[in-house]
Amino acid sequence: MKALQEEGVDTIFGYPGGAVIEIYDELAKTDIRHILVRHEQGAVHAADGYARASGGVGVCLVTSGPGATNTVSGIASAYMDSVPVVVLTGQVPSQLIGNDAFQEVDIVGITRPCTKHNYLVQHVEDLARTIKEAFYIARSGRPGPVLIDLPKDVVQSTTHYKPVKDIRLKSYNPTYEPNVKQLPKAVKIIKEAKKPVVFAGGGVILSRAAKELTELARKIHAPVTTTLMGLGAFPAKDPLWLGMIGMHGTYRANMSSAECDLLIAVGVRFDDRVTGKTDTFAPKAKIIHIDIDPTSIRKNIPVTIPVVGDCKITLRKLNSLLSKEKMGNLKQKRKPWLSQIAEWKATKPLAYEQKEVIKPQFVVEKLYELTKGRAIITTEVGQNQMWAAQYYHFDSPNAFITSGGLGCMGFGLPAAIGAQVAHPDSLVVDIAGDGSIQMNIQEMATATQYNLPVKIVILNNSYLGMVRQWQELFFDRCYACTGLDHAPDFVKLAEAYGAVGLRATRPDEVVSILKKGLAIKKPVIMDFVVEPEECVYPMVPAGAPITEMLLV
Amino acid sequence: MANEEARKHILSILVDNQPGVLSRIAGLFSGRGFNIESLCVAETTDPLVSRITLVTTGDMSIVEQIKKQLNKLINVVKVIDFTDIAFVQREMALVKVRAKPEHRAEILRTVDIFRSRVVDAGSQYYIVEITGDEGKVAAFLNLLKPMGISEIARTGAIALPREKK
Repeated sequence: MKALQEEGVDTIFGYPGGAVIEIYDELAKTDIRHILVRHEQGAVHAADGYARASGGVGVCLVTSGPGATNTVSGIASAYMDSVPVVVLTGQVPSQLIGNDAFQEVDIVGITRPCTKHNYLVQHVEDLARTIKEAFYIARSGRPGPVLIDLPKDVVQSTTHYKPVKDIRLKSYNPTYEPNVKQLPKAVKIIKEAKKPVVFAGGGVILSRAAKELTELARKIHAPVTTTLMGLGAFPAKDPLWLGMIGMHGTYRANMSSAECDLLIAVGVRFDDRVTGKTDTFAPKAKIIHIDIDPTSIRKNIPVTIPVVGDCKITLRKLNSLLSKEKMGNLKQKRKPWLSQIAEWKATKPLAYEQKEVIKPQFVVEKLYELTKGRAIITTEVGQNQMWAAQYYHFDSPNAFITSGGLGCMGFGLPAAIGAQVAHPDSLVVDIAGDGSIQMNIQEMATATQYNLPVKIVILNNSYLGMVRQWQELFFDRCYACTGLDHAPDFVKLAEAYGAVGLRATRPDEVVSILKKGLAIKKPVIMDFVVEPEECVYPMVPAGAPITEMLLV
Repeated sequence: MANEEARKHILSILVDNQPGVLSRIAGLFSGRGFNIESLCVAETTDPLVSRITLVTTGDMSIVEQIKKQLNKLINVVKVIDFTDIAFVQREMALVKVRAKPEHRAEILRTVDIFRSRVVDAGSQYYIVEITGDEGKVAAFLNLLKPMGISEIARTGAIALPREKK
């Protein structure tokens, strides 16, 4: 406990059980706040949301066996999105390990490929050091989840607590400082570029480098696109903003990646949802790739100038090198490039038509206007996630929390709870679909128990919309098993949980329901009955070049 | 990506001598679709460190990725790729070969030529121990094959870099 407090832990998301009963007994004697979730997956997602919203490490505590296995999706999601989370799992007593004991599972084995690192603590004397190491590993370098498995006998025994000072691991040394030889090379090709694009990802958010990134883009007068995970790294209000890139990226973002002669990739890993067909991605561009994780570089895409380093430190150094350079009249020089982009924007903007049925895009757009873009937005996964990314325009980092890499349905509500715990006074909105929200709907009880006034906006199209969209476009409209006719009445469901439920069925109700819902100081579910067969556009079919977009 | 040909790479991986480390490495290879041709593990002179010698095949970009991924594991201390550096390589095999009376002299002669040893002699079979690089072991097995090899146990390759000149 002391070790946890020394790491600055003040909140734990968890669910008790036999193997962790001693820990809970001790926990009750501390001032660490425990949030009782209703399912262990919710605990990890909440810790994830908490970590991203607060910039700290999220912590959860669950019991052995099923408690531990229930965390796996949450851990895998945090791993893919590089979120610092420490998961403490109970384990059967050491002498029973391997005996198929009651509620035993080899969680260290199970989570080996989806954690940054994990531990089985075998002696109580190792506990303090292990906890210290786990937090250090979780938050340093490219962050990620770390799991500590705690056999019952280890936590039952006592030892004299010796604070562990510094952690130095001979085999773990993240590279923060970029190689000094690489940056001048980068400066050189930046100077030569006529059609540069800055391409930022979640790494920029994680290393808190949004300011440096914005400075770079403005300094070299280059347009900026980001991945889903990078939204907020560059202000969407800025004229240099291209919108998101990728499968559901904007026309101008995807086209400019194909036409640019220089791509400055920062904190990205060239995921397949971004690149589409890799051999046709940015075919004309030299690529500068800045990332703290060497494995991200040249994994999917060849790179001209690789720079291993922390995004913030590297960008700061790059900016200061660029300041010393004479760049000429950039405004003039960039004119043809930027006017080409403006033309793409004008001819193929993001668009939808609001007729007599509510359009999901309209709901998100109104939410953006009413909250002035200042809410913390979490999402579920699927169409709701993409509409949130397209129509809620993020100006600042850490305001968009989504399960990007794993695409874990059921993420949004618990993540919103975590974000709300981190920022009790902020407005936190989960943009959800009627499918995803049902995956962790039990967390409504958590929200009401702790009076966490999260707002849930359900874009209810009575379908598993994204899969339905694929079926419409690529499977001849055979909507196999994607209809959700038997969804609960979400208004009554909210009320059953002690929250508030509201519903809008007509476009003219959207604004008033949003206004009403957002003003209530309690958890609220707002159910928007939207056009059932609306699709997310643009869309690049999986595996196609990202310039081959299906437009509305 | 400049895809040059796939070739063999011998990697020497120094790791923390702890339970589960081998499984992390094996899991990394299987999970990412890399390929392990042989694998040898033993403690070094430092009881806290083990050396894994692993043979894999791939083009430069794959092997580059393998090395980076290995380095990313917390328990991996160091990864050395023996490609393009001078090194000594050995593997060992125990070969149970059918020892018909008319073949015995021939077997013993072959054993002699290859500077290997008979470590067990029975009425039906000899067990022969051979040490050498991959080519030598393969050549030896080739010569014994006609006599009838009934069982074989082989280590993977182990290797160390030569002193720098």
